[in-house]
Amino acid sequence: MSSGKTVSFWISRGEGDRTEFKEYSTTITEGMVVLDAVHQIQAESAPDLACRWNCKAGKCGSCSAEVNGKPALMCMTRMNDLDLSQPVSIEPMKAFPRIRDLVTDVSWNYAVKERIKKFNPRAPDSPDGTWRMQQADVERAQEFRKCIECFLCQDVCHVLREHGRHDRFGGPRHFVYTAALEMHPLDTENRLKGLKDTDGIGYCNITKCCTKVCPEHITITDNAIIPLKERVADEFYDPLTKLFRIFKPKREPRR
Amino acid sequence: MTQVDVPLPQRHDVARFGATTRKDRWWLSPLLVLLGLSAFMIYTTWAAFQGEHYFFSGGGGGDAHYLSPFYSPLLFGQEGEPRWFGAPQPSWWPGWAPFSPAFLILMGPGMMRFTCYYYRGAYYKSFWGAPPACAVGGPHGGRYMGENRFPMIMQNIHRYVFYPAAMFVLILLYDSWRAMWFTMDDGSHHFGVGIGSIVLLTNAVLLGGYTFGCHCARHQIGGYLDCMSKRPVRKKCYDCTSALNRHHMKWAWVSLVWVAWSDIYVRLLSHGVISDLRIIF
Repeated sequence: MSSGKTVSFWISRGEGDRTEFKEYSTTITEGMVVLDAVHQIQAESAPDLACRWNCKAGKCGSCSAEVNGKPALMCMTRMNDLDLSQPVSIEPMKAFPRIRDLVTDVSWNYAVKERIKKFNPRAPDSPDGTWRMQQADVERAQEFRKCIECFLCQDVCHVLREHGRHDRFGGPRHFVYTAALEMHPLDTENRLKGLKDTDGIGYCNITKCCTKVCPEHITITDNAIIPLKERVADEFYDPLTKLFRIFKPKREPRR
Repeated sequence: MTQVDVPLPQRHDVARFGATTRKDRWWLSPLLVLLGLSAFMIYTTWAAFQGEHYFFSGGGGGDAHYLSPFYSPLLFGQEGEPRWFGAPQPSWWPGWAPFSPAFLILMGPGMMRFTCYYYRGAYYKSFWGAPPACAVGGPHGGRYMGENRFPMIMQNIHRYVFYPAAMFVLILLYDSWRAMWFTMDDGSHHFGVGIGSIVLLTNAVLLGGYTFGCHCARHQIGGYLDCMSKRPVRKKCYDCTSALNRHHMKWAWVSLVWVAWSDIYVRLLSHGVISDLRIIF
């Protein structure tokens, strides 16, 4: 591919519901990613093509889109990993309202995040107001801190994408966020009722699509969602655990 | 609470069955799961209704003691079989209903698999199309309720079926140990290893890897705690379960295939179709 190869792209263009695929061609050279191709198309034939991007390194989460129907970061999708014998389709994320072309309005995610109970640490361990914690205790939550908020997991989740349950389901991103807080060794807050009622964790049917598309390779389903589902089951669906807790001496939550 | 003006997501043509712009063979994986689970369920049902040829006690050089895992523990059985209670079937079993010892057993491991987090995700896709594959539209439209309501909310009993399933693994381990002792003509028992012993031991190990690596076990062992550094034994157990859990899907499939193969092997021996190679010490 070093000498260049002309590749066709079908890019979804338009605003709101008035959208259509438009075909573009550009020359692809070795090492290019989809975002490079989009920029090249902007420069050559579609200067008005709207596309959100920033770091080009898979760390800002801005260039989320659907390449050949799969949610992906355009800057991390290499052209030579795609089947170039047919046009490459590029669409915006479908779980969120489109502003224009490849740009979507993801502000709903920030509103959901706003309603999740914030970090509430226990009293400081030392008089100087600091805490002590072991790496072994905090490493589980550290995995979730890798999230770059690209919202690809939200996009691929069929509860939002297909069933439009934005009013009663928080989505994988916010389960990861909640897990990071809920499993934190210093945190004392209980978010389980919110998880069950407001964020509707019961809507998740564990298809693991969120894990598959995560560019940071966070094991969203196995390490965040399912453990939270189990904690919700402890609290609301397990009569034996409830009975056991009646006779168990009270102590600081899950320390 | 902070008020944020949030636009409603617009409707997209993604709620139609099969709607996708994916160009890969997205249907292949759910199809394979559909075929694999269907084949297992059909075979298991057939094997359970047989009610015979589930125990092999013959062979050359010494009598074996191979019991199919579909029938273990053998609560009721025929004379000469390792039955727990001395009757071919329970007295309360209705006379008009066919009986097989497997009917009393299969519900336990069956429920473990039915409520397993891995299988749930797999059969929701393959059998229920919710969704058929990632980023592919399903047939449920606005009726989707997930696991929020009856009957799917009952999936939360997974923890209650885990404990019986763990007991089954221990029983199968005992069975595989018992399968390494062969009864000679003079009535003495000699240690030995036959192909059947290896098949049954492998079965118990694989089922153990699947059962003790399940998400529920991981939670019960230590996942519900936020701090495990002061509980080193529990932390070690949690780490072991987590290591198994990382490959839960593989354990699930390999153990599923092997448990069926174990039944087939004992059945073929019992029918006399094959003979068991063994070394007796």
